Amino acid sequence: MTPRSRMLAAVLASATLLAACGDTDDPSSEANATPEAEQDAPASIRLLTHDSFALSDGVLEQFTEDTGIEVELLQGGDAGTVVNQAILTNGNPQADVLFGIDSTFLTRALDEDLFVPYEADGLDEVDEALLLDPEHRVTPIDYGDVCLNYDRAWFDESGTPVPTALEDLIDPAYADLLVVENPATSSPGLAFLLATVEAFGEDGWQDWWRALADNGVEVSSGWEDAYYGSFSGSAGSEGTKPLVVSYASSPPAEVIYADPPVDEAPTGVIEASCYRQVEGAGILNGTDDEEAAGELIDFLLSETVQADVPMSMFVYPVRSGVELPAEFREHAVSPDEVHELPADEIDANRERWIDEWTDVVLR
Amino acid sequence: MRRAANRAALLAPPVAFLAVFFAWPVVNIVAEGLRDDAGGWDLSGVGEVLGSAALRRVAWFTLWQAAASTALTFALALPAAHVLATYEFRGRRAISALVTVPFVLPTVVVGAAFLALLGPRSPIGVDLDETVWAILIAHAFFNHAVVVRTVGGLWEGLDRRTVEAARTLGASPWQAFREVTWPALRPAAGAAAAITFLFTFTSFGVIRILGGPEHSTIEAEIYRQTADLLDLPVASVLALVQLAAVGALLVVQDRLERRRAAVAVALGPPSRRRPATRRQRIWLGANLALMALLLATPLAVLVERSFRSSSGWSLTGWRALGERGRGNGLFVAPVEAIGNSLRFAIAATVIAVVLGGLAATALARSQSRLARTLDAVLLLPLGTSAVTVGFGFLIALDSPVDLRASPWLVPAAQAVVALPFVVRTMTPVLRSIDERLREAAAVLGASPRRAWLEVDLPLVRRAVLVAAGFAFAISLGEFGATTVIARADAPTVPVAIDRLLARPGSVNVSAAFALSTVLMVITAAAVLVVDRGRARRTGARGSWL
Repeated sequence: MTPRSRMLAAVLASATLLAACGDTDDPSSEANATPEAEQDAPASIRLLTHDSFALSDGVLEQFTEDTGIEVELLQGGDAGTVVNQAILTNGNPQADVLFGIDSTFLTRALDEDLFVPYEADGLDEVDEALLLDPEHRVTPIDYGDVCLNYDRAWFDESGTPVPTALEDLIDPAYADLLVVENPATSSPGLAFLLATVEAFGEDGWQDWWRALADNGVEVSSGWEDAYYGSFSGSAGSEGTKPLVVSYASSPPAEVIYADPPVDEAPTGVIEASCYRQVEGAGILNGTDDEEAAGELIDFLLSETVQADVPMSMFVYPVRSGVELPAEFREHAVSPDEVHELPADEIDANRERWIDEWTDVVLR
Repeated sequence: MRRAANRAALLAPPVAFLAVFFAWPVVNIVAEGLRDDAGGWDLSGVGEVLGSAALRRVAWFTLWQAAASTALTFALALPAAHVLATYEFRGRRAISALVTVPFVLPTVVVGAAFLALLGPRSPIGVDLDETVWAILIAHAFFNHAVVVRTVGGLWEGLDRRTVEAARTLGASPWQAFREVTWPALRPAAGAAAAITFLFTFTSFGVIRILGGPEHSTIEAEIYRQTADLLDLPVASVLALVQLAAVGALLVVQDRLERRRAAVAVALGPPSRRRPATRRQRIWLGANLALMALLLATPLAVLVERSFRSSSGWSLTGWRALGERGRGNGLFVAPVEAIGNSLRFAIAATVIAVVLGGLAATALARSQSRLARTLDAVLLLPLGTSAVTVGFGFLIALDSPVDLRASPWLVPAAQAVVALPFVVRTMTPVLRSIDERLREAAAVLGASPRRAWLEVDLPLVRRAVLVAAGFAFAISLGEFGATTVIARADAPTVPVAIDRLLARPGSVNVSAAFALSTVLMVITAAAVLVVDRGRARRTGARGSWL
């Protein structure tokens, strides 16, 4: 070694040391700095979920207070990505519980034996139509409807009647008014495609979409682009399309986030277009604390969480008898008749449908 | 023999780090895709990929848009590099720093800004959404800084007197550029072109946000096949194709660079001048206007959006940064993401600079084939899809210690991305230290230690500073791998922005843009600090850094 390189090595070595020391009070300290309460109950479990998961402040803390179990959250992308991550690590999962699986990915997950059966407390309070799996490998937690939203002001001003059925949309009177999301890249986009498959049947949906494409439908790659970019009804939006694929809970969201406050939602929902997605949670196969994982599932189905999901995630609780917040009672609709497809049918056809849709609408 | 042993000792830590946090996860996930359930090899994915017309289209589009993006970037950035390197004018230093900001902004933010600027409701009346032009312009926006900093850095150090001599001998400005300046700039231009091509070839965020359904790159397709469809056989083959393409590119670039290595570059003290003639003033003004249009408008839209609410101008977005809960989809107040990002980025920078410094020291002392290969291998993380690495972490880092939820995983992943830049920045500097300078110091009576302090240290320090600045900025903006592994209680700024944008409510959108503005300011500040350091320590200019 030349003197020069020895010196450099010494500098780099001390830098390494410094880094090692300096960083001990860096990210790792957060892991160490857990509250003392943990001493009595060392249990800590991990909840793997999608990026849209949210609960109000203090709700998860309530669980820790009740059970002594800490919850660590892992958010790994959208719902599909998260399920795929779980399938990839099946048997040696990175978390104990997964929340956020719906009918779109259910069959694949069940075929892969991703979940351990667990019958949660409070399951008898859930409407049977919402049960995702008779063997209780997945417990339903919430549901939401993907629906066409319309811009009230636009329809008032133009005098055009608000469409009431999917068939209306291919009428030239509604040319160039609708923006949808690409089902290949967006989950509400896929839900809307499924709604049309259910509505027009395996042989009819392509024709309807072909007519819709001829009628000037706009396709966005994601919900944000469509809703905030192209749709005209969202407060403050510069969009020009008065119809968009969004959620049944978007009108109450508009009210809740309005600044300044408003009395009426600027948008409405076309009930005939709604597709229902039930979202569930399951204990991941290979968890080393099945008991604690079960307690977390119980908690997700408890009144505490069930009453919180409308305001935190803009979805409906599956548990009956839970009171909805005022904004939901006044501004949200929950249609009695919705489109739905069985999970195994979706699983068997999803990719083909998306490919066919791409051919019909985009090429 | 001892030299070789020393080199091996220097290389061991960075190689071990990359083996654990890059090679092992990637090999695992690719192998997972190429094996059948019984554990044998199943190469059906190869046929599926090669036989698919759609995937061949993706490959072709990837290639030509990368070439076109690189060309456009050079067309816009080379004049800018000239102006910033040779003219002195008020605000030059601030503009130099601002030019670097786009390079490190997360793609979600840039995509949103470009959509506002060039989308259906463009304030300048140009709707390029989902066209290839939107992609090319966004790529030029991102990579402008690569050209300006790499080429401009060399340009400002070129000895003006050689150009002046050529002019005195009757050469036109263009002739002088072609015959004198360009040959000297060519190695830097080649490096900048290779980096730009690499980035645009592996483009993901821009394509996903602006490309629309019809434009997809191999990288975007790997993401779709892995995260959306879990079709690992196809994803693995695509990952190998991309890696091979990137490897080939690096080999070609290396060959070209070596062939040109003979050009002697005359370096002088930096000598910027105020534009003297009318023509020079127009040239300067035109370039600044172009930079303002390309670089400043999207950034200005970001800031403007942060002050917008459903009812007009408002500070609600900024106030929401400090509020926890409020339906923002985060489990912390958005402002906490800034602390997380800074902590992670500092840790990642330390890792990258220390390991990169070791590797650069070893590589600088050797021109052997092995060293050249290693040099190229260190760039491979740039050619690897973030989702491949992220998903690779999930299946590879579970034993013997389960690192998958460790808070260290984020800085480790960011360091993998930053490491190539550190090595690329430091190696040429270390290599360029002229042995004769050191000998001269010794002849004049300096001890080896004194010689190192006086000769090597100023040069090394500058390189370390520049490398650290780059690594810091890259870690701050990294999104792809971080989003797969970041824990909910410690989101980084790009992850927080992405989640805010995905939530309903105009408050969240304003907050996302406010957070983007914060990120932009931090990045610009970091770059300014680095530039200050560079300027102060510029004594003998041994290299273009």
